[in-house]
Amino acid sequence: MDIVKLNIDNKPVVVEKGATLLEAAKSVGVDVPTLCHMKLHDMNYENNPGGCRVCVVEVEGRRNLAPACKTECTEGMNVNTHSLRVINARRTVMELILSDHPAECLTCVKNGKCELQTMAQNLGIREIPFEGEQSHYKEDRSPSIIREVDKCIMCRRCEMACNEIQTVGCLSAINRGFESVVAPAFEMDLEKSTCTYCGQCVAVCPTGALSEVDHTRKVLSTLVDPTKTVIVQTAPAVRAALGEEFGMDAGTLVTGKMTSALKKLGFDKVFDTDFAADLTIMEEGTELLGRLQKHLNGDKDVKLPILTSCCPGWVNFFESNFPDMLDVPSTAKSPQQMFGAVAKTYLADQMGIKREDMVVVSIMPCLAKKYEAQRPEFAVDNNPDVDFSLSTRELAQMIKGANINFEDLTDEDFDNPMGESTGAGVIFANTGGVIEAAARTAYEVHTKKKLEKVEFESLRGFEGIRSATVDFDGLPIKIGIAHGLGNARKLLEDVQAGKSEFHAIEIMACPGGCIGGGGQPYHHGDTSILKKRAAAIYREDEGKEIRKSHENPFIVKLYEEFLGEPCGDLSHKLLHTHYFDKKKKVEINND
Amino acid sequence: MAEIKLAESKVQELKEVCKKFDYDKGELINVLHAAQEIFGYLPAEVQEIVADELNVNIAHVYGVVTFYSFFTMIPKGEHPISICMGTACYVRGAEKVLDEFKRLLDVKVGETTPDGKFSVSSLRCVGACGLAPVVTVGEKVYGRVAPEGVKDILAEYN
Amino acid sequence: MAKYNSHILVCGGTGCRASQGEEIVENLKQAVSDNSLESEIQVVRTGCFGFCEKGPIVKMIPDNTFYTQVTPEDAGEIISEHIVKGRKVERLLYTDPENKEQIADSKDMGFYKKQIRIALRNCGFINPENVDEYVARDGYSALGKVLTEMTPEEAIKIIKESGLRGRGGGGFPTGLKWEITNQVENEEKYVVCNADEGDPGAFMDRSILEGDPHSVLEAMAICGYCIGGSHGLIYIRAEYPLAIERLKIAIEQARNLGVLGKNIFGTGFDFDVELRYGAGAFVCGEETSLINSMEGLRGEPNVKPPFPSVSGYKGKPTNVNNVETFANIPVIINNGAEWFSAIGTEKSKGTKVFALAGKINNVGLIEVPMGITLREVIFDIGGGIKDGKKFKAVQTGGPSGGCLTEKHLDIPIDYDNLIAHGSMMGSGGMIVMDEDDCMVSVAKFYLDFTVEESCGKCAPCRVGNKRLYEMLDKITQGKANKEDLSILRNLGNVIKDTSLCGLGQTSPNPVLSTMDNFADEYEAHVKDGKCPAGQCKDLMEYVISAETCVGCTLCSRVCPVDAISGDKKQAHVIDTVTCIKCGACMEKCKFNAISIQ
Repeated sequence: MDIVKLNIDNKPVVVEKGATLLEAAKSVGVDVPTLCHMKLHDMNYENNPGGCRVCVVEVEGRRNLAPACKTECTEGMNVNTHSLRVINARRTVMELILSDHPAECLTCVKNGKCELQTMAQNLGIREIPFEGEQSHYKEDRSPSIIREVDKCIMCRRCEMACNEIQTVGCLSAINRGFESVVAPAFEMDLEKSTCTYCGQCVAVCPTGALSEVDHTRKVLSTLVDPTKTVIVQTAPAVRAALGEEFGMDAGTLVTGKMTSALKKLGFDKVFDTDFAADLTIMEEGTELLGRLQKHLNGDKDVKLPILTSCCPGWVNFFESNFPDMLDVPSTAKSPQQMFGAVAKTYLADQMGIKREDMVVVSIMPCLAKKYEAQRPEFAVDNNPDVDFSLSTRELAQMIKGANINFEDLTDEDFDNPMGESTGAGVIFANTGGVIEAAARTAYEVHTKKKLEKVEFESLRGFEGIRSATVDFDGLPIKIGIAHGLGNARKLLEDVQAGKSEFHAIEIMACPGGCIGGGGQPYHHGDTSILKKRAAAIYREDEGKEIRKSHENPFIVKLYEEFLGEPCGDLSHKLLHTHYFDKKKKVEINND
Repeated sequence: MAEIKLAESKVQELKEVCKKFDYDKGELINVLHAAQEIFGYLPAEVQEIVADELNVNIAHVYGVVTFYSFFTMIPKGEHPISICMGTACYVRGAEKVLDEFKRLLDVKVGETTPDGKFSVSSLRCVGACGLAPVVTVGEKVYGRVAPEGVKDILAEYN
Repeated sequence: MAKYNSHILVCGGTGCRASQGEEIVENLKQAVSDNSLESEIQVVRTGCFGFCEKGPIVKMIPDNTFYTQVTPEDAGEIISEHIVKGRKVERLLYTDPENKEQIADSKDMGFYKKQIRIALRNCGFINPENVDEYVARDGYSALGKVLTEMTPEEAIKIIKESGLRGRGGGGFPTGLKWEITNQVENEEKYVVCNADEGDPGAFMDRSILEGDPHSVLEAMAICGYCIGGSHGLIYIRAEYPLAIERLKIAIEQARNLGVLGKNIFGTGFDFDVELRYGAGAFVCGEETSLINSMEGLRGEPNVKPPFPSVSGYKGKPTNVNNVETFANIPVIINNGAEWFSAIGTEKSKGTKVFALAGKINNVGLIEVPMGITLREVIFDIGGGIKDGKKFKAVQTGGPSGGCLTEKHLDIPIDYDNLIAHGSMMGSGGMIVMDEDDCMVSVAKFYLDFTVEESCGKCAPCRVGNKRLYEMLDKITQGKANKEDLSILRNLGNVIKDTSLCGLGQTSPNPVLSTMDNFADEYEAHVKDGKCPAGQCKDLMEYVISAETCVGCTLCSRVCPVDAISGDKKQAHVIDTVTCIKCGACMEKCKFNAISIQ
């Protein structure tokens, strides 16, 4: 290993060759401020256009100041990170950025969590000496994401997330100079673009330029409406992250406190999306085994691999990017929608209330879920199966708004019947979790044997694309896993090109799976947080008495009392869906 | 944005161009030049086709189109007027000439008159500094233009 | 060129062509054929002669008679008088503005006397569309010499020893650049010619490409041999259709001649050149932006290092030089490093091409030895200030450069001197200003350009230049205070210090240099609300003196907004509210009755 020796603020520093000044400074406890730079360590992605120029430092012998994030250490460098010249430059650059940024912090969605605000505070900016034109763009409200482009500071993080991590490519820098900004083609609304609403742009935006559509007020008004029965479902990933919003360490499980808080907020019933995850396994697992069986019997028409379909960002992605593969993914609805469909039929019946008097709210780590809930095919007579989908962040906001002291809450249990879940339902939150849950059930159903060890370690991990072969008692089942849509695209293109063969593939749109969803507390680039959340999810699984979906007594009861059998007629009606070709086509005139 | 339907023959021509460039993403700018030559400008639909053929995102194509001032999404007028705003022309009064064109035609720089007859743009140095200030209308070059001469130039095309 | 007795060279540069240059060629050819002289006289459309002020230019070979401001109607007379009767057409000769004598031979003209033409050696002498004429003037002999007699290292040594520095603006030693690219191990390397000349008011590179395209192709091939690359790319502005056309012809001819393509001169060396078009972005003159643009991306620059020499086009080592730099190469190889380094100053060798423009008598393209003074350029070559006005400033380096003044007139022009005095060489724009030019407005003009051309990637350039412009605008409106001046200066310094690429790192130069050299002019705007040059519209009013006005009505007729009223033979009055301050009335008034207050 080559090493380089240099001095930063008169401290001798030794770093590996290739290290940047930013990294070198950090290694000796000097935190050079950054704005555009974001390194997602565990995913091997880095956004460093070197554009904000806030991280400039003085390097002896250089004519101009150097951006610490982009300057490689060289032997014998003398670096000063806080000379008068540096501080004056840094402040002036911040004043410039702020001179083209709306000063509406008090009412901004990012107030208190905004990296620009923090930076301004740290640099002690008290006034902006420059008056002048401010950029104005139209606000864009999609079903999931709001773009307030006036607040864009051109850090390009969203562009990197959308193009490099997700390869959705619906965002690009447009125009030039002062007019330049990140936007979809033709500055069209996100709703008209190929946006999947994965929300990874929102997750990395340092300011309030990108945020989720806020449904908290609407939910509050249904909660106080005496004619409505409001029930809530909470996705597995929420319990592993919600605590962060209240200052708890990443990876703290707050299942019981969350349930308690939801009851205090006035929800009539607090249920668990994990229950619906178990149901998903029953449907999707049965579909997989069915297709597999046909395939093994030599049926050439059967499509393999089967692709999971729980992730709405992924569904949006393949509808616009792989329209020729619409019959490949499982037709099973996502847990959120299965929950809604069962709640507004079976549960409403049981509770003796009319469909239209029941309001289903979901708490999701995800922004695409907001859009999914609004898909017309998931409504009966314009009454949606899921009325509102809130993000983890929105729930935290509601709890804070209701003066609930989250940390002091006593744990409470979910309500029944739709609050009972297995460990298999819990691990849906992690990449690899859905397919592991499916394997637990499919193995036992197919082999009629009991699993000796429920953990499929080979399916776990953080690698973007993983593959493993699971032994189904002599039958090798090849499984592929991808998280992050860029990885999904790569895996799928390999399959299309015949480079790899799988029986089943799990895809989650967000890096890390749902625990890294676009609606989760901001990680500000610290991806170790995602790993801690994932570990918490596996802990929750381990602590569960029942860890296989088909053993969930309430699921068994649901089929006995209501659905009949997995993939049966009623299941098909309530729990399965179909997909649409959303690729844009240009009209041409024959002449 | 008004939606338009493109003529099939021109679309075919554009697709041929993309093929000639071997559908190479790196040739995007050359392809856009050819597309602008074929259609006269680069409406959204043309950019969609280019994106499709070269297998790049439409947002990227739009990002490139809006970066370069040579590319336009507005159809040029029948008689495109360009006023040189190079330094040589500037110090010899090009700004006043430009103002006069804008005033008489009631358009801003980069716009086309409602009847589609004239469009006004400024450009940087046509390299005829000896003739400063310089105005071009289509292919024709007018040298040493004074603000008072603007209406006479326009009259030639009315 | 030998088979004809005489040649008539007609300038085919853009400026002359715009003044009916094509018709002149046509009419001359017609006149030649009318006189049945086709076998003796050849009419040649050449590249730019440089003396654009007096264009269109027609030059007679062999006697070097230099006809200026020729019109198509003059063609017949030139043939019948000059060729047939052997008499010069005196009314078309150049008149020396000093002694009013007519000068026939261009080498006796002040404009040409102090010039040394190396990069422009063939411009105006050969038909750029005929490779034989290039070859006749030693064309491609340097390439042959390098390929057959030298190792790449030996050739690089000559370039290094010549002291040639990049003519695109930065002035980086060319030989060193080649050496670095040569030393990077890679199977594939690229030679890129930067022909994206975007400096407003500069047209050096275009004139070379239009007048002598082969010199660039030859140099690129030499460079390819030296660095170990076989692909050449010319990134050229799409706004240069004539240069593109001539390059295409030249590439085709060079291929046919075997000086481009496979196995050149039978040495096994392959090299070919293709064109890439720019699309109107000044920042693409920056080499990393240029490379991004060639890859089909937005022309945003990257942080350097890595330099293109290490990782450039398609991630491969890439040597980028500009047109003028390349045009020097073949001559240096042919004449040797010593010959070249004898010209110029200690650290700046050879010559530099400038586009001389603005308030100067002889607008045109000139090539002068490094070390010449501004005074010589402006007064001897440029013929002094137009209309007998007083010299005020000269701007060099375009939007990256600064304004130099009277006190700088005698400093020798080279890279380091210009930087030391707050300006820079740039690509070679040289704009002369007179007493009527307001320096705050000039700075504002350049900032307007930078704001429009900033790519937007880094904050100081994207927002900072906008704010600089706005503050200058405030000053020209008389709305700024003294504190604004210190904010302006600090902002300019920070933009220079923190911007990502050369554009932002130099964009405040026009402001900072005018603040340094014309401090009192800034103060006048700020403190007294006055524009000493009488240019800032918001700080002035046009007034008609009732005593002097004779009521000729000329002013009211010329006023584009009907702001002037008054009866015939009565004193006229300007309605200051309606007045758009275009100045047309003042120009038209024959009695000096209109003034600015």
